[in-house]
Amino acid sequence: MKILVCVKQVPQKDAPLKLNESGTWIREDVSYEVNEPDAFALEEALRQKEKHGGEVVAITAGPARAQQVLREALAKGADRAIHLEDPGFVGLDAFNTARAFAAAIKDEKFDLIFTGLQSDDYGFAQTGVILADLMGWPHATIIMQIEKSDGGIKVKRELEAGYFQFVEMPLPAVLTIQSGINKLRYATLIGIKQAKNKPLRKVTLAEVQSAIGANLQKIERMYIPQKTKKTEYLEGSPGEIAKKLVDKLRNEIRVL
Amino acid sequence: MALKFRGVDFIEFDTLLTDDERLVRDTARRFIEDNLIPIIEECNRAGRFPRELVKPMADLGFFGASLKGYGCAGMSNVEYGLVTQELERGDSGVRSFVSVQSALVMYPIYAFGSDEQKQTWLPAMQKGEKLGCFGLTEPDFGSNPGGMRTRARKSGNEYVLNGEKMWITSGSIADVAVIWAKTEDAKDANDGSSIRGFLVETDRPGFRAEDIHGKWSLRASVTSSLSLQDVRIPASNLLPKSGGLKSPLMCLNQARYGIAWGAIGAAMACYDCALQYSLFRKQFHNEPIASRQLVQEKLAWMISEVTKAQLLVLQVGRLKDQEKVKHQHISMAKRNNVWMALECARMSRDILGANGVADEYPIFRHMANLESVKTYEGTHDIHTLIIGQSVTGIDAF
Ligand SMILES: Cc1cc2nc3c(=O)[nH]c(=O)nc-3n(C[C@H](O)[C@H](O)[C@H](O)COP(=O)(O)OP(=O)(O)OC[C@H]3O[C@@H](n4cnc5c(N)ncnc54)[C@H](O)[C@@H]3O)c2cc1C
Repeated sequence: MKILVCVKQVPQKDAPLKLNESGTWIREDVSYEVNEPDAFALEEALRQKEKHGGEVVAITAGPARAQQVLREALAKGADRAIHLEDPGFVGLDAFNTARAFAAAIKDEKFDLIFTGLQSDDYGFAQTGVILADLMGWPHATIIMQIEKSDGGIKVKRELEAGYFQFVEMPLPAVLTIQSGINKLRYATLIGIKQAKNKPLRKVTLAEVQSAIGANLQKIERMYIPQKTKKTEYLEGSPGEIAKKLVDKLRNEIRVL
Repeated sequence: MALKFRGVDFIEFDTLLTDDERLVRDTARRFIEDNLIPIIEECNRAGRFPRELVKPMADLGFFGASLKGYGCAGMSNVEYGLVTQELERGDSGVRSFVSVQSALVMYPIYAFGSDEQKQTWLPAMQKGEKLGCFGLTEPDFGSNPGGMRTRARKSGNEYVLNGEKMWITSGSIADVAVIWAKTEDAKDANDGSSIRGFLVETDRPGFRAEDIHGKWSLRASVTSSLSLQDVRIPASNLLPKSGGLKSPLMCLNQARYGIAWGAIGAAMACYDCALQYSLFRKQFHNEPIASRQLVQEKLAWMISEVTKAQLLVLQVGRLKDQEKVKHQHISMAKRNNVWMALECARMSRDILGANGVADEYPIFRHMANLESVKTYEGTHDIHTLIIGQSVTGIDAF
């Protein structure tokens, strides 16, 4: 199986974030890491390859710094990588990102495309789904398990309240992968060395420009939530405190 | 309360590293966080070496990481240094184990060994299937190994070894010991030129290793004394290219370089813990102790020293990668960085108050560990003399 895995570089989960000057996104000077569900998607792709053979290709869209996530994917065992490299890719909405990916892989023939369920920064959970539509392929989301079947795959989806759904689908297909479905491997030191010699294709913004349009979705404003709640200490004798509390519960919060 | 390590980088040091170097560092950091941090306090209390980590560390390529071939990763010296930094952020004892396996056993086999010795030992040691130890120090000869009493006498096609080695890391868990001994052509007791290295399989009759108990330091690493009584080894176990005291000193140079990085890891662990603690610990007016000038002075001192140490060792590492490094450069990095780490550990202990003396926090363990690190691989003062010798041209040993 030939599997493409979409990997995004996102701000580190516990990094302290600062807003940019226009208050529309965060500042660039923050530590980055691989989007968590994408790491599981890559791991799943590598496991599928180990079972069934084939090829794993990692793709990302982002500035030069985003190459780090591809290096990591190559070090863990991906065979090659594609980097849509431009700072402009950071601001694309999910529709445009999917269109850019589709344009970048138009000459390739994949059996499967994996994305993470969603990104830890924007949290759209849309890129994979839209990509499937652009490719004209079926898709399934929140994937917990993948098995090859005759002529296609059988996947397990996670639904609400502990329910699972099993879906059979033909190939090619797009799957968005849930975090925690496997145990992540570490990049080995040898792997990191070998990654240097693996092919990494760069795609410029100009090459895919004709495929993308104006963003349909735009971040208007980002801000740190204002503290609106305040702790109030009721004082007095226990009797007085109880009286005040009942009064508040009845007249202010209206739960009594 | 366990505080999660957040990394330390004051002057965008990371931008001095390549993508690969950062990836190596982050991989080692994650491995240590996932696998060593959860068990290290228990190991330290019990005085137990976490042997279960040998295989996983081997799988990642931590052993002999900077050697080429034989399954080794062929890391640059800076990459190797970043691995030791992360190992020692976890624990100096575990880092010591890796240093001995890599720099003090695999390296001499690689540098001084025959092809057959390399084929026999390096792949197996890289995989962690065979462990090694390095026997230089003796009960009466530490800083002055040239005076060693251990002797190797040629007898037909064999060498017969006799002597005592002391303070040997991994001594009782090793499959092979690199034993430094004088051959019979030694002119006198202080003649170091006849020192040669020998590979001694630890199951040879006459070889005994006994652990040193009651250590307050490096409790998660095994330290043993070795006794060799008429141990017979084939003459082919001599490391053919070893010759004179400079051979073990070359090994020590490798290990000292790793220690100079490692100490930064221990210092980072202490500093980051003290910083986080000082921000939530409140005294007087319900304000965090971090808001007091005396506490800030300690934090400012530590972050300055950690940062200077990083720059020093990075430059030494870059020189080493260009094969331009001199032993006095490595001495300066080892001496400075271990000293600064020990000072950071003591200051951090102070900032944590009573909590600093319990093993709920990693600081006291690092502090106790660093006392050994200050002494082994050339004591702080011996490195002072090496630097002094280098700038004055006068030996003051
Ligand atoms: C936990 C641990 C693990 C170790 N692992 C190993 C190992 O794996 N293999 C191995 O071979 N060794 C090992 N060592 C031994 C270590 O290398 C020695 O302890 C070290 O070389 C110092 O020797 P010493 O302890 O005999 O101290 P000494 O040499 O007796 O020194 C004592 C003090 O005197 C000072 N001093 C000595 N000479 C001079 C001088 N000329 N001028 C000024 N001051 C001087 C020293 O700086 C020091 O302060 C280990 C030690 C420890 C603690």
